[in-house]
Amino acid sequence: MKKKTIFHLVTAMAFSLVAIVAKAQTVDDAIMMSKKQWCNGLTYMHSSWNEYWEGTTKRNNLNLGTVTTQSVMYMSSYGITDKFNLLVNVPYVWTNASAGTMHGMKGFQDIDIDLKYEFYKTKIGKGDLSLIALAGFSTPLSNYENDFLPMSIGLGSTNLSGRLTADYQNGLFFATISSAYVFRSDVTVDRTSYYTNQINYTNEVYMPDQLYSNLFIGIRNSKLTVQAQLMNMYTFGGFDIRKNDMPFVSNQMNSTSLGAHVKYFLPFVTNLEVVASADYVIAGRNVGQSQTYMGGFFYILGL
Amino acid sequence: MLMATGCQKEVTNRTSNLPAIDPASTDLTAGTWRTVLLSRPDSFAVAAPVATSSPLYLADLFEIKSLQKSLTGDQANTIKYWAAGSVLRWNEIMRGLVAKYNLPPEANSDTSYPIPNSANPLAYPLFPFSNPPYAARAYGYISAAQYDALVACWYYKTLYNRAAPYKVDSSVSALYINKTSLPSYPSEAAVMAGVTAEMMKLLFPGEIANIQAKLVEAEQATIMSGAATRADITAGEALGRQVAELFIARARGDNASKAVGTPTDWSNFVTITTNQGLTPWYSLETPKRPPMLPLFYKVKPFLFDSATVVSLRPAPPPAVGSDEMNKDVAEVKNYISNPTRENMRIVQYWADGVGTYTPPGHWDAIAAEDFVNQNYSEIRFARNMALLNMTEMDAAIVCWDIKYHFFNPRPTQLDPSIKTLTGIPNFPAYVSGHSTFSGAAATILGYLIPANAAKYNAMAQEAGMSRLVGGIHYRIDCETGLTVGENVGNYAILRAQNDGAY
Repeated sequence: MKKKTIFHLVTAMAFSLVAIVAKAQTVDDAIMMSKKQWCNGLTYMHSSWNEYWEGTTKRNNLNLGTVTTQSVMYMSSYGITDKFNLLVNVPYVWTNASAGTMHGMKGFQDIDIDLKYEFYKTKIGKGDLSLIALAGFSTPLSNYENDFLPMSIGLGSTNLSGRLTADYQNGLFFATISSAYVFRSDVTVDRTSYYTNQINYTNEVYMPDQLYSNLFIGIRNSKLTVQAQLMNMYTFGGFDIRKNDMPFVSNQMNSTSLGAHVKYFLPFVTNLEVVASADYVIAGRNVGQSQTYMGGFFYILGL
Repeated sequence: MLMATGCQKEVTNRTSNLPAIDPASTDLTAGTWRTVLLSRPDSFAVAAPVATSSPLYLADLFEIKSLQKSLTGDQANTIKYWAAGSVLRWNEIMRGLVAKYNLPPEANSDTSYPIPNSANPLAYPLFPFSNPPYAARAYGYISAAQYDALVACWYYKTLYNRAAPYKVDSSVSALYINKTSLPSYPSEAAVMAGVTAEMMKLLFPGEIANIQAKLVEAEQATIMSGAATRADITAGEALGRQVAELFIARARGDNASKAVGTPTDWSNFVTITTNQGLTPWYSLETPKRPPMLPLFYKVKPFLFDSATVVSLRPAPPPAVGSDEMNKDVAEVKNYISNPTRENMRIVQYWADGVGTYTPPGHWDAIAAEDFVNQNYSEIRFARNMALLNMTEMDAAIVCWDIKYHFFNPRPTQLDPSIKTLTGIPNFPAYVSGHSTFSGAAATILGYLIPANAAKYNAMAQEAGMSRLVGGIHYRIDCETGLTVGENVGNYAILRAQNDGAY
């Protein structure tokens, strides 16, 4: 191997009232697999909130208590070439409310497929700058119920995304900044009409596009990465949850979270990496104030 | 690129692009049809219109012609929207209002619940909380008032027999509407706007301004289309508002204002049930919420009297703790233990819960979209919607009578491990409101459109059963509810057979 490659597991962005695990799969780091390297990983995520934003008003709901979303995700990334990687993520999600009577939901959520292309690399001073572009596609793997928020495991849209990432490393220190624009398809709901800020006589729901951004700052070498992370999700439109109403797929869901992430190659087993992260939503709109923990492992094969 | 659900696109409402109303018959005899409250079609005077040779009439034509000359694209779209039918469009607007106001008040910090106050409707919690019984009554009163107003309208149309502007003057166009031989004075579009806008004073006082704006829009669109002169409009609106006042007067005395009850009333239900050795219902919300409109059963029905309400009560449900009840609970538990996706679909399709137009509204949507294909005149459309909505209001009264007479617990109260696929409404189980509303609606709609009777019955069955598979009702709530609904619907059929419309 030319270098020890590390596959960064995107922290599940369990921001929304639904832990939109699929959104985490827009790969937001600058690590590339070498040609014919195949990384396989399994992660477990636990995300919970008991307060949420009804529009911009934070509240709790005694008929929900604490809402917990958990998932197990299989992640694969393959080096087609050193500069061109293929990533696939498959999540299984289940939800639960600690109070009230809403039934939990479970199922395979959205598959995420990305093509990652490192198109520019240069030296700046003593450090390295690399620029990466990603094209992503995600779609529900099962016909899960999307109109039962906050218990639904996903929103049901099929998405196309385009992402740009810039990464700078100087010695041990690094910083990554990344942003993805997500085009979302309309979704279908089971009911024949719904109220947003007006009544709609259709079962199709217009889903506004989204912007995901993140900033990582930390230390990184071939064995270890420790980073602080700031992540943001913004939805271009949608409507606010009205007072004491239920959430809906096309609410304007925004969130900002702060967290930390670690990747570590185990010393006694080659090519086995463990990862862990913790994130907390510090600001939001029509989402839960989640705290999210993730842990997992990755094994890299050379084919 | 695979895109299973297609690319992003603007969403179109099912009824956005309907053609202009094209009645098979002008129903000229509708002025003789049996009204709901009006003692006679000419109870309210409508003055004779001026002659079409009069300068006042000619001035009204100038107004139309100048508007038609400078018609904008937006104005054309507004004409097309209203041309699909006044009864249809006002019903859609009403459903939107019910959905807008169908939000349960949030608890105060001291765990009490604030109650909407009609004397202070703009303060939180907004008045009204348009839950299913409130909504059923709102739809019932508005549809009945609209019908009576149109009967009076048709009476005067045939009395004065003044043709539409485009028939009187060939230089007035019929824009985006179908020409008709129906006399235009007074304007049925204005009657509809006037009666509906006036009813807001009772039913949605916070919306008076918005609906007034809709009234102006509808009246303006009607004039621009060439269908009516301003004099037609003015007379029509005034007539509509007067008929509405008749219904508002009835409503103020129909006992609905007392339906919320008092804490004494609420605890009486518990006492009465416990004294019979039975298990009383309690709220499954946190904090516990008072039962929803427990005295709604006292509201005066349209289709029959309050004594009939009592006579429509079914046999009691099985007692809590009995073998039969234990079996019923187990059946519910079984349905939600590993719910199928199809059952989730059925539950969500029919849920019509918080933030929606409620089950009566759903049946209004089903009916309105089917009526559009029947080429009804506006008066017949109104008569049929009135039959449906009076049925739904009376079904609500009968259902609430049964619920609060038996006051029995929801499945989750007896087995807290039963989690549900939709919210548990805050009132007793037996009988299911969805089933009652659906059985009643399917019965009257099946009479009005016999070719669709099988479809409506199948839908009613599914709507009823959705509450069982959703985990919020026992089977007996749904089956009995459908039968009770059918009994209510039969009263509407009786009326329909004798109202002169056939």
